Amino acid sequence: MNWADTIIQGVLLGGLYALFAAGLSLVFGIMRLVNLAHGDLIVLAAFLILLLVSTLGLNPFVAAAVALPVMFAIGWVLQYVVLNRTLGDDILPPLLVTFGLSVVIQNGLLEGFSADSRRISAGSLETASIQVGPISIGTMPLLTFLSAVAVIVALNLVFYRTSLGRAFRATSDDSSTAGLMGIRSERIFATATGIAMMVVTIASLYLGTRANFDPTQGPARLIYAFEAVIIGGLGSFWGTLAGGIIMGVAQTVGAAINPEWQILAGHIAFLLVLLVRPRGLFPRAVD
Amino acid sequence: MALLETHGLTAFYGDFQALFGVDLVLNEGETVAVIGANGAGKSTLLRSISGLLRNAPGHIRYDNAEIGALSAPDVVRLGIAMVPEGRKLFPSLSVEENLLIGKYGRSVSGTWTLDAIYDLFPVLKERRSSPGTALSGGQQQMVAIGRALMSNPRVLLCDEISLGLAPVVVKDIYAAFPRIRATGASIVIIEQDIGQALKVADRFYCMMEGRVTLSGTPGTVSREDIHAAYFGAHKP
Ligand SMILES: Nc1ncnc2c1ncn2[C@@H]1O[C@H](COP(=O)(O)OP(=O)(O)OP(=O)(O)O)[C@@H](O)[C@H]1O
Ligand SMILES: [Mg+2]
Repeated sequence: MNWADTIIQGVLLGGLYALFAAGLSLVFGIMRLVNLAHGDLIVLAAFLILLLVSTLGLNPFVAAAVALPVMFAIGWVLQYVVLNRTLGDDILPPLLVTFGLSVVIQNGLLEGFSADSRRISAGSLETASIQVGPISIGTMPLLTFLSAVAVIVALNLVFYRTSLGRAFRATSDDSSTAGLMGIRSERIFATATGIAMMVVTIASLYLGTRANFDPTQGPARLIYAFEAVIIGGLGSFWGTLAGGIIMGVAQTVGAAINPEWQILAGHIAFLLVLLVRPRGLFPRAVD
Repeated sequence: MALLETHGLTAFYGDFQALFGVDLVLNEGETVAVIGANGAGKSTLLRSISGLLRNAPGHIRYDNAEIGALSAPDVVRLGIAMVPEGRKLFPSLSVEENLLIGKYGRSVSGTWTLDAIYDLFPVLKERRSSPGTALSGGQQQMVAIGRALMSNPRVLLCDEISLGLAPVVVKDIYAAFPRIRATGASIVIIEQDIGQALKVADRFYCMMEGRVTLSGTPGTVSREDIHAAYFGAHKP
């Protein structure tokens, strides 16, 4: 076994988990909302891309670009019309509603696409790789990882360098005082969820081209995303990337030792980090 | 003519009634002080005007329109900005970002730009990249005032600016008010500190237990009358 190779594959896999997690991290950071349907929304976006590829014959990357604004709109409306009504001092309503939403999406997809497992074909890119010394790096895993880094950089720029980002942070600090500044928190929340759904779309492109998916896979993606967010520390995007990488490396190392240990090793890494740093690796200073 | 006016304003926190028919008039360009003891209802009055409390439809007029039913973001967009009690700076934002957020999502024109605020309170320029909440109380109050001014409001509502500040600091901050008035803004100042409030105000209202007990012009009302209206009894 080649350890360097295993670890590099793990880091690249971590990029995928970071993409699963970044949207969750954004939404939680701004409105303390835990969206239990996050994983199902990833699968929904994958089916949307699949539909665009199969009916219009689009290249998957073009299809994802078309899906981005559609998913933004879905996220915006979902938040504005449904999820905003669940926000308040009680944490139970958003959990119940997003759990229900998860069930609805899964069953809707089963109805529309059957339980068959699908895959989005990326053509020759799927098998392409780059040789670095003795290690061969798959082009798609590398693209996944680079996309994750780009998404994290972009989210940080929006969050810390734009007027919208200031409104995100102010609303998260104190939404009623933010109202005195002319900030309409319902729209801020809707925009945040819209952006999260754009990240979800990017995640789904790599999910769908990398392996088979079916309508029931959402909850498993949600767990990885959760663990990555919590390892990284709530509210830190770079932490979320680090969390994804830790999950990815733990899984590939676990699998290298014994293929049955892949999933378990990820969960154990999560528990170990929680044991040592209950607030995650990079918790936000202000909370 | 009145720019802002409340008539028979009532306000409730659940079943608890905090205001019992408050009539207040703010004329264009005027500075009005509202004084009163703890719990008199001063903050409740400002929160009702600014849209944070929304149980007064039909009782607040501004610029010839009824605004009692509007939300806080709508009210500030019409030109009524508030410096809230306790300053309420955003801890995740730097001083400069706290100022910038005062005009979020709008391109407002007028005297008050970042540079004008830094000119008004020069110390803020040095601390522009510090987190807002890392400043001293007085500097935080300057940020809160600057943040409200950034929207170039026609009406500025100030809730207990002097709260918890040393007298010299309070004097410094109030020294900025003539320049704020000079831009034509109409101002409502809430204070427990009667002396400070009456020094800057053209007129004053005194509140007790959710009602206006006295109003007038500073200098024409005796200390005894103010005491009676403030505490509810004549000083022995
Ligand atoms: N959120 C609230 N819930 C219930 N009652 C409240 C609330 N806020 C204020 N009150 C009550 O309403 C009354 C008026 O309060 P308000 O804050 O307007 O007084 P104030 O004149 O601003 O006092 P202070 O000088 O202490 O700021 C008080 O009796 C207070 O206890
Ligand atoms: Mg008060």
